Amino acid sequence: MPMPDLNIHTGLARQILTGFLRTEITRTGYSRAVINLSGGIDSALACFLAAEALGPENVLAIRLPYKTSSPDSLADAQKVIDATGVQSLTLEITPMVDPLIAQFPEMSNLRKGNIMARMRMIVAYDQSEAFKGLVIGTGNKTEILLGYTTLYGDSANALNPLGDLYKTQVRQLSQAMGVPQSIIDKAPSADLWVGQTDEGELGYTYAEVDKLLLLLVDHRYTPEECIEAGFSPAFVKAVVERVRRNQFKRILPPIAKLTNRTVGYDFLYLRDWGT
Amino acid sequence: MKLSIALSQMNTVLGNVSRNLEKHLAIIQQAQSQGAELLIFPELSLTGYVLQDLVPTVACHPRADDPVFRPLLEASRRLDLVVGFVEEDARNRFYIASAYLSRGEVLHVHHKVYLPTYGMFDEGRFFAWGDTVQAFDTRFGRAGMLICEDFWHASPPYLLWLDGADLFLLMSASPGRGLSSEPVLESARWVNHILRAYSSLYTSFVAHTNRVGYEDGLNFWGGATVYDPNGDLVVQGPYHEEALIQAEIDLNQLHRTRARLPMLRDERTSLVQREMNRILNQSASVLGR
Repeated sequence: MPMPDLNIHTGLARQILTGFLRTEITRTGYSRAVINLSGGIDSALACFLAAEALGPENVLAIRLPYKTSSPDSLADAQKVIDATGVQSLTLEITPMVDPLIAQFPEMSNLRKGNIMARMRMIVAYDQSEAFKGLVIGTGNKTEILLGYTTLYGDSANALNPLGDLYKTQVRQLSQAMGVPQSIIDKAPSADLWVGQTDEGELGYTYAEVDKLLLLLVDHRYTPEECIEAGFSPAFVKAVVERVRRNQFKRILPPIAKLTNRTVGYDFLYLRDWGT
Repeated sequence: MKLSIALSQMNTVLGNVSRNLEKHLAIIQQAQSQGAELLIFPELSLTGYVLQDLVPTVACHPRADDPVFRPLLEASRRLDLVVGFVEEDARNRFYIASAYLSRGEVLHVHHKVYLPTYGMFDEGRFFAWGDTVQAFDTRFGRAGMLICEDFWHASPPYLLWLDGADLFLLMSASPGRGLSSEPVLESARWVNHILRAYSSLYTSFVAHTNRVGYEDGLNFWGGATVYDPNGDLVVQGPYHEEALIQAEIDLNQLHRTRARLPMLRDERTSLVQREMNRILNQSASVLGR
């Protein structure tokens, strides 16, 4: 039996994901989308998919730098705007974020980063109304499983084309769709503070953790079977625990049940109800 | 005898029967103008698939006095139809159903007998289990209908075969999944493996249609197919796109294939019955349910 691998047929993924964006946006009466474009690979790929699905004139890419953001991020985002021909808007979030940060001189980087992520969400949802477009999510399967995301920040969206693709697969599809090479090659970073990288914070590379998650989640290996397959016990334990601990970020908050019919338990409809 | 069979791989509006009905009538018109004699719609073609709490609001009755079935029965005077719907029985149980309509009459209704309730599926929570698997006579010979999970179990096609079906009409709303480096999703490859197997093992025609479109994050992959009694592919629709595909099948192929390969003649049904009785009467530990 061959070992499971992460390779995907990019043409098929592209067809399903552009169809998903087109169908799920137009059936609600919309025809447009807005995307926060960070300069990283996930939002770049989401922007390429949305431009193909809806036409570039129907996509608004928003760049939202903070004063400490890397200039490369802004430049890389511009490459995506130029390559796809989408509409764009650039707004510095420093004057919106700093007054809150100034209230708490001892504020940690984590808190500041969360404020920036949530401020970007506020701008995206405001533009959603102004541009009459739905907010496209850019979180991939790896970061959703690991909970490497700000709740109600970058995790907030109307629909997400990338949430069932591991980071490794995002890279493969990005390559196939012509995302600029500098974006594919650079170290992934939330760019919330200087020198921050995903892999530095997580303590392992996406290439490693994606292989492990593929076995644990998609192929239903037990942790013991993953260790037998060659992963170190400490690594497996850390990832299993991280996935468990972050379940709260993947579901709606629980509602305390009192009546005979309660939203979430026995009031069950798809969002596509009636469309 | 030739049969011009058409397979609709259509999208649906979730929970809006009247809009789906309009679409059925338009597709029927198109199939008729192309000379189709039999047109098959996918599982739950009149309602959409992930119905959940919408089930009681979309149910109908396959009778001439039903506002949904009246125009469909009228249309069946021009060509035979298989439509997918939710049936509410006299005691208010809801079934995933497909009806075969011909010359203004309901010839047969099949209630899905296997309701997947695991993984991404939750049918057993919302629907009642069908309780019969029966072939029926049509103007093109004897046929049988099964719905999606029904033919993931080996026994319903076998029962239809023994009950005289030469034409297997199979309907799905199969969510696409299993992205790999292959150009076709695993769910599509799995289904086509077993369709080919049934046509080969039962030396019969197998026609399968599956819906397309999306419901929330689920995609449906289409890819309708017809296999002949040799297990050869006659026609295949595109993946992930709406289409009305059509094929002319030569029913005399049953004669030619079974002259070469007398699987049906040699099927030892009393041996099956004897062994089934023995197996079903022995200790519970080895039984299926």
